[in-house]
Amino acid sequence: MKKKHVKKNRIKRYATYAVHHWTLYALVLPGLIYLIVFKYIPMAGLVIAFQDFNPFVGILKSPFVGLKHFRFLFSGRDFVPLLVNTLSISLLNLLFYFPMPIVIALLLNEIRSYRYKSLVQTMVYIPHFISFVIVASITYVLCNEDTGLVNSIIRSLTGTTKPLLSGTQYFRPIIVIQNIWKETGWGMIIFLAALAGVDVQLYEAAKVDGAGRWRQMWHITLPAIKGTIVIMLILRVGALLNTGYEQIYLMSNALNRSVADVFDTYVYRIGVSNGQYSFATAVGIFKGIVGCVMVLTTNWLAKRMGESGIY
Amino acid sequence: MKINNNRNSNAIRGSVGYRTTQVFIYLFAGLIGIMAILPFLYVLGGSFATERELYERPFLIIPHEFSLNAYKFILDDGRILKGLLNSIKVTLAGTAVAMALSATFAYPLSRKDFNGRATILNMVIVTMVFSGGLIPNYLLVKSLNMIDSYAALIFPGAMSAFNMVIIKNFFEQIPQELSESAVIDGCTDAGIFFRIVLPLSKPVLASISLFYAVGYWNDYFNCMLYINDTAKQTAQLILRSIVLLASGFDLSGSPIDFGPMGAPPEQAVKLASTIVTIVPILVVYPFVQKFFTKGVMVGAVKG
Repeated sequence: MKKKHVKKNRIKRYATYAVHHWTLYALVLPGLIYLIVFKYIPMAGLVIAFQDFNPFVGILKSPFVGLKHFRFLFSGRDFVPLLVNTLSISLLNLLFYFPMPIVIALLLNEIRSYRYKSLVQTMVYIPHFISFVIVASITYVLCNEDTGLVNSIIRSLTGTTKPLLSGTQYFRPIIVIQNIWKETGWGMIIFLAALAGVDVQLYEAAKVDGAGRWRQMWHITLPAIKGTIVIMLILRVGALLNTGYEQIYLMSNALNRSVADVFDTYVYRIGVSNGQYSFATAVGIFKGIVGCVMVLTTNWLAKRMGESGIY
Repeated sequence: MKINNNRNSNAIRGSVGYRTTQVFIYLFAGLIGIMAILPFLYVLGGSFATERELYERPFLIIPHEFSLNAYKFILDDGRILKGLLNSIKVTLAGTAVAMALSATFAYPLSRKDFNGRATILNMVIVTMVFSGGLIPNYLLVKSLNMIDSYAALIFPGAMSAFNMVIIKNFFEQIPQELSESAVIDGCTDAGIFFRIVLPLSKPVLASISLFYAVGYWNDYFNCMLYINDTAKQTAQLILRSIVLLASGFDLSGSPIDFGPMGAPPEQAVKLASTIVTIVPILVVYPFVQKFFTKGVMVGAVKG
């Protein structure tokens, strides 16, 4: 009896709050509708991966086929090359791109002149604001076999030119170099922010104790950004199958397609170009599940090693 | 960005070895900065060069023979200008929609007393982890009849959960006393939001606006997916076809046969088109850059 009374009171309190603060609900409403329409409805749309979806019949009436599309994906002959191409690009990015922002942030952290540091920062941020279309255009200009700058350097050194844009062996290095050029500066911001929080007294104390540049970096600076590095690494590992669509698509052509076909471009080609909606959605779900498992695993490992992880 | 810049001010000055390393670090950092902007300088210089000089001198930053031919060609051709106009429309409308959605959504969520805060925040976090992915999104836009309309470019990317959370965290940093005293003076919730919170949040609003604007301006994929009408194509798509044509590939990446009389557009035109597509977004950047530290750092790091 008493419990019921309390509950009734709480509902009453909520109602009073809602009436009194109705503008807050009015403010939140457009965003909420947006979230439901453009985020949650597509999530529900994932169900077509288990159907033979027919756009003319609609989701409700398309027949369910269970795991047919997943079986088809794993047994198909596209699967292994796709996995190899995707993982090659991701792992090369992890190996060569991932440490770059950390290294550059550590380097800039050693610069004492505020103006010089912000000048360099401004310069390395700029490529982040450039679209992949332009990155690809500049690459095309620089790597062109007849007139490109890179090839004229190679020609003056070796006397021959290299098919940088069409040769399959150059595709992956070019993708990684583009990434390093475009995103190193921006990726650095989060580490600089973490470094900004380090107490200056720590460095002064270390100096009094006779620690040089390297020992200060090793014992003060690196521990200060260790947590951030781990978080970025977990996110990166979770995204191993997401190479992104635009960059790869913009750099691929008829001649390098055998190395340029990754899961993201495959989903587009099979789904949008060929209209195999259900199969393409199944590929997307496979990617999502792998990403989730990877994040959970690396997070668990990070926690076991005494780091805080992402949750 | 003020980071440890007085770390060495009154400390021990250091040995000769320390200073040599310091000089080396300054040079190396400068070199990295130059490498980041060198491709732009190359494209900029080349866009003012003549075709002959571009062919003879592969590396040029300052052309010997100054020429405006490439830009004249762009003006006469008109395609990229039309694309730029379309891009400006999409970027302005998109940024306005995205900011309106994100800021109004973020404010109630920044209030600790807001009933339903936890539920809605969880809904947002779910979208950060799971998403429908390409095909369900494509089918949604199709079923909303947005194909070939700018709504298809504006709505799917409006309000990113990440940006919304940064704005929300910034709102939470604003001292509670300000809104409390406003309430005593008879200010309503909407009044607090529009007259106190928004004006105090200029740094974060400017930074996030730039992020959204850059996203809309640089978007290629959505335009390729949803816009088939050539009159509505944005600058990125048109730039892409100009560059590909010049490189002898068509949009699907297959080699083009130019025929006996045909020739790809000039190299300089390609460079000039790239420049006019970069400039509009880079013009905004210096005005907004000073807000980065105050805006995004507070929102992102303290979160």
